[in-house]
Amino acid sequence: MRGDQREGQLLTKLILRRLALGAITLLVVSLIVFGGTEILPGDVANAILGQGATPENLQVIRKELGLDRPAYIRYFEWLGGLFTGDLGNSLATQRPVSDILAPRLPKTLLLGGLAALIAVPLAVTLGLYTAMRPGSWFDRSLTTGSIAMVSAPEFLIATLLVLAFAVELRWLPAIARISESSSPGEVFIALAMPVATLTAAVLAPMMRMTRSAILNVLSHPSIEMAILKGVPRRTIILKHALPNAIAPIINVIAVNLAYIIGGVLVVETIFSYDGVAKLMVDGVAARDLPVVQACAMFFCAIYIVFNLIADVVSIVANPRLRHSK
Amino acid sequence: MSDTSISPAPSKWHLPELGFLGWMSVGILVFWAFVVIFAPWIAPYEESTILTEKSFDPGDGSAFMLLGSDYLGRDVLSRLIYGARVTLGLAFAATVLAFVLGVTLGFVAGILGGRTDDIMSRINDAFVSFPSIMLALILVSAFGSSLWLLVLTIGFIEATRVYRIARSLAQNIMVMDFVEVSRARGESLWWILKNDVLPSAFVPLSTDFGLRFTYSILLLSSLSFLGLGVQPPLSDWGSMVKENMAALNYVLFYGLKVALAPLLPAVCIFSVTLANNLLVDWNLSRSQKDISGELIA
Repeated sequence: MRGDQREGQLLTKLILRRLALGAITLLVVSLIVFGGTEILPGDVANAILGQGATPENLQVIRKELGLDRPAYIRYFEWLGGLFTGDLGNSLATQRPVSDILAPRLPKTLLLGGLAALIAVPLAVTLGLYTAMRPGSWFDRSLTTGSIAMVSAPEFLIATLLVLAFAVELRWLPAIARISESSSPGEVFIALAMPVATLTAAVLAPMMRMTRSAILNVLSHPSIEMAILKGVPRRTIILKHALPNAIAPIINVIAVNLAYIIGGVLVVETIFSYDGVAKLMVDGVAARDLPVVQACAMFFCAIYIVFNLIADVVSIVANPRLRHSK
Repeated sequence: MSDTSISPAPSKWHLPELGFLGWMSVGILVFWAFVVIFAPWIAPYEESTILTEKSFDPGDGSAFMLLGSDYLGRDVLSRLIYGARVTLGLAFAATVLAFVLGVTLGFVAGILGGRTDDIMSRINDAFVSFPSIMLALILVSAFGSSLWLLVLTIGFIEATRVYRIARSLAQNIMVMDFVEVSRARGESLWWILKNDVLPSAFVPLSTDFGLRFTYSILLLSSLSFLGLGVQPPLSDWGSMVKENMAALNYVLFYGLKVALAPLLPAVCIFSVTLANNLLVDWNLSRSQKDISGELIA
């Protein structure tokens, strides 16, 4: 009993430490995001005025935006603003960034969420199935096929889909527009191709990693024992290997969900989907720094949270990790 | 995550048994290397010559174009050939930069250890905690996207990934018996680095080079596709996909051939990344490693 209690305390301590580390990472990321977007040669005032910049009106704009104050003060103001939801004003439209961002957040989360909802069960099932019969033609064709899938840029998959379903068959629209009044059917039709593209992008690595996680567990001596006892392979996989492989698989899923972020940027651009990713891409093109900063923090926060979940799960599930420092 | 198996450097080179897919991959890469070097001699037209007034001309009129014209009436085939130079050249330069930076710093951290290693690795961790395309967007919005800056940006991002592998390789090699022997013999750190560490790390690092090259191509192409990479009048395969996307609206009038304008550049990218990844997979499977651990980085 006492041992269990101590174990529990140790676990809580380790998880708290991971969480603290995650918070620090986020802080460092915010520093890089702010620093990276602020060091551009010629500051924001230049970006606003463009060609018509004269020293006098540059000075006026700098004063207006508070750019004449030291960078570290502006950083802390910006950081404080992140917590209170005050993200500054867009340079392009002068509207508050939070107003622009708010209606777009659910759209991007919906797109990424739907892709995850399809990709995760599919990848885990395929990974399990190929791990059951390593070396079979099914396994070999899927593992080779998955190399092809990770090699394909998202815009290749998307272009082929558009060509087939929007241009030739004319079943689906090439532009994904949804609004709050869209019915589930309309959302389905609008998002079918974007979600399919994203799913294709994360499916292959997730499947390969699941497969190798299971095969890794299968090489354990206890599994050899079960095989020698004559336990059928199916039972070994589902009863012996799967429970031990759950932690690595959840880890795989978390890592890959973070990977969706890269895909979202391309997918939202191709299908002109009004999400956060498209906002960010347009923001970079227009050098609308407050918008870029806010979007970058949004995506990095999601990425870090998923990696954190992966870490915590592997600590909870693997006693050995708890005892190594 | 990375291939860190260590064996003393191979003493002899054999012709590898690659199998069909392997030789096909080598063939594809040799083909593209040829195209990159001899582009001006192979291309039927100049890349920026406007041959027809029409967008997405099928190319069977006065100026013959095997693959038709692009949105400005330029020859798609010639632009693909010149685009190979930009995409593969920039990606290759970025990968080389990533290796020079990443391996040097990684080895320094791995060999020196202690405080130096701690500080360097923490700084590196901060950059690795970004998705690489996000980091690219931030750097591009800060510095812009001239060709040099693109190579620096992508090279830097990939270097943060190479650093981790090089560091752990160096750490593992430094505790090997043959390094102990060299140390006991009184060899200098530089001698050990040159004669022990580098040869032993060569095979795993060469595998990683293939992967980094793939990632550099995909990252550059994605940036260009988003309109934030290579800027007109120059174009690479990624920006060719973007600028010719409108061709999909012309399919109804001109037939499927016009879809080649956006599709073929994407297929060219795919051919290189696929060939690369197949070779990496073959290389890893030789040492009983699965590619899956390397797929995300």
